[in-house]
Amino acid sequence: MLLAGGEGKRLGVLTKQLAKPALHFGGKYRIIDFALSNCAHSGIDTVGVLTQYQPFVLNRYLGIGSPWGLDRTEGGLSILPPFVGDQSGGWYKGTANAIYQNIGFIERYDPDYVLVISGDHIYKMDYTRLLEEHKRHGADVTIAVIRVDWNEAGRFGIMKTAADGRIVEFAEKPKRPTSNLASMGVYLFTWPVLREYLERDEANPASSHDFGKDVIPAMLAEGVRLYAHLFEGYWKDVGTIESLWEAHMELLVEHPPLDLNDRDWRIYSVNPVRPPHYIAPGAGVRQSLVNEGCWIEGDVERSVLAYGVRTAPGSVVRESVVMPEATIGRDVRVFRAIVGEGAVIEDGATVGRPDGGITVIGHNETVGAGEIRTGGMTA
Amino acid sequence: MSSPLIGVINLIGEPDALGPITSSRCLASVPFGARYRLIDFVLSGMVNSGISKVAVFTDANYRSLLDHLGSGRHWNLHLRESGLFVLPPVSPKSGDLYHFNHHCDFFLRSKEPFVAVTRGHVVCNVDFAAVLAFHEEKNADITIVCTERRDPRPYTAPAVETDETSRVVSLTVSGGQSDSRLVSMEIYVLRKSLLLELARASQEAGPARLVHDGIAPMVGEWKVYAYRHNGYTGIIDSIDHYFLHNMDLLEPDVWNELFFHPGPIFTKIKDEPPTRFQAGAEVSRSLIANGCVIEGTVENSILFRGVRVHKKAVVRNSIVMQNGEIGESAVVDCAILDKEAKVQQGRHVCGTERRPLIVGKRQII
Repeated sequence: MLLAGGEGKRLGVLTKQLAKPALHFGGKYRIIDFALSNCAHSGIDTVGVLTQYQPFVLNRYLGIGSPWGLDRTEGGLSILPPFVGDQSGGWYKGTANAIYQNIGFIERYDPDYVLVISGDHIYKMDYTRLLEEHKRHGADVTIAVIRVDWNEAGRFGIMKTAADGRIVEFAEKPKRPTSNLASMGVYLFTWPVLREYLERDEANPASSHDFGKDVIPAMLAEGVRLYAHLFEGYWKDVGTIESLWEAHMELLVEHPPLDLNDRDWRIYSVNPVRPPHYIAPGAGVRQSLVNEGCWIEGDVERSVLAYGVRTAPGSVVRESVVMPEATIGRDVRVFRAIVGEGAVIEDGATVGRPDGGITVIGHNETVGAGEIRTGGMTA
Repeated sequence: MSSPLIGVINLIGEPDALGPITSSRCLASVPFGARYRLIDFVLSGMVNSGISKVAVFTDANYRSLLDHLGSGRHWNLHLRESGLFVLPPVSPKSGDLYHFNHHCDFFLRSKEPFVAVTRGHVVCNVDFAAVLAFHEEKNADITIVCTERRDPRPYTAPAVETDETSRVVSLTVSGGQSDSRLVSMEIYVLRKSLLLELARASQEAGPARLVHDGIAPMVGEWKVYAYRHNGYTGIIDSIDHYFLHNMDLLEPDVWNELFFHPGPIFTKIKDEPPTRFQAGAEVSRSLIANGCVIEGTVENSILFRGVRVHKKAVVRNSIVMQNGEIGESAVVDCAILDKEAKVQQGRHVCGTERRPLIVGKRQII
């Protein structure tokens, strides 16, 4: 069950008309591709995608799940929007309520286990290992965790574990963290246990119907067998402008922590129909990722260019993320910026500064000739 | 809206002139333009023109072609009622008309009254709907799509001469001498009933080959017209033309036209990541597909998907097919590297512009 209804409020103009999981990432992907590719590589053939906020682009993108091998006669990909029923239904009130409202969908497949993941994170993970450990522990719930810096621990759901991995304490965004094991938003449940707790949570008028805030603490308080599964790999929550930009820069080091070129774990996506990209005489491209359909006449360094981006002669793009079909005019300067899909930066304009905060240009926005745009979003 | 045309991509007796490059694959399946195979161009043209029923008549060596085409879904040809039909050879006889006749059920079951018979090795972006409109306006029996020759060296495609009304007055099939600058792009539009008539006649010692024996002798008697295609065209019938037309893609006008107008060129999807340019990369005037990792110098070259150019390596005036690898400090100049070829550290692989050196599939230098 893939939660893809996130608003991504902290991403500002980038997610104003787009669900966060549908946001472009890495020059070629949308954020949700990572979770769906993980499902594909883990042999999960039945995936429900729960949508709510601005679902149109996302729905169209997901289609019948073909890019992820999920167009199947049995199972496959199902988009699960909120709905009204005879007695119940309505908007998803929280992550747990979203799953609760789809108990009927889950029961159709009579599963032993249910994996609840989010479409907001960048990582490559084999969920079969999570399941193996879950079975070995005889667990009711296994939560994937990652070690974070102690000074960042306060931003996450933090787990304290016993030596055998059993969770003894769970705190959502603690002021004084007692552990640095952070929840990745990947939960594996033994289905009958989850079902029981979802029903009880629904009946509780005081609950906000959220896994981290309500369901997990209730389970912990009542002695349910919760285990942590330590994930040792790259995982990033790209929920803010800074973290989105940072995640892109992390792709550009010589040996990136997230290897997109791994042939055994391809990230699947909807591939747009574009020709190979063209690098013109006099252009320069270093420490960058460039996708198909780009036309590069300027200088590009430490940047990620999505499909169909055009840069004109004399332009300089540095430490920036340029989303699909954006146009960079002649003698334009782009520094530490995120340029939205279809944006146009006209000749001689300047976007961002070589130091300081990240500047954001919205989707389909135009920056006029000679205009200077700095610190658009954040300081 | 469905087109009144059936598309036929005829690979029977295609020219076999690309040496080692066509030893493991048929000509239509030869990689071209950094991420395509030759057949993609005419197939995409058909799809973009609204043709929803396409038959590919295969001849020999078609494993890689089948792998490439699959169900046809990358060209939007995985359709309920029509779509892509691969029709393999059924007899050892060589003429294409025999094979059309053997597979006549395919034609008889179709409602479409017209057929566009093409080859699989012509790089172009043709609007078949415009060709059909011309065909009907001229009330022609046969319309031949033609282009002005790009290269003075001979093409295997027939030379065409016309009068001022575009009526074809001579069709010189390969081997014959002609001063005409107009060559056939081997795209022939005709009524399905006429094609089936010719195909049936082939059973009774009639014509065996559509163009040589069926159309060429009838020029003058039938109304055969030439439709001039003004867009970029590359007929890939020799190593020279393969190299020349690949290198033409480095011309901005060619890239901007051929891949977009009138419609996009579709191909099989590989899910490769964007190409990674590392710190030492110096790239200029090159066409690069996804999945490459470039640490060295690349100039005037065409890199297919998944090519690796290591530190201090130099690739110039060359074509490197899928998954090729150029080792540290190696030099590749005026060469064509077939798939998965490897040039080891420090090695030099150099041909000349007139005679590019060919490194075979999986060969290690």
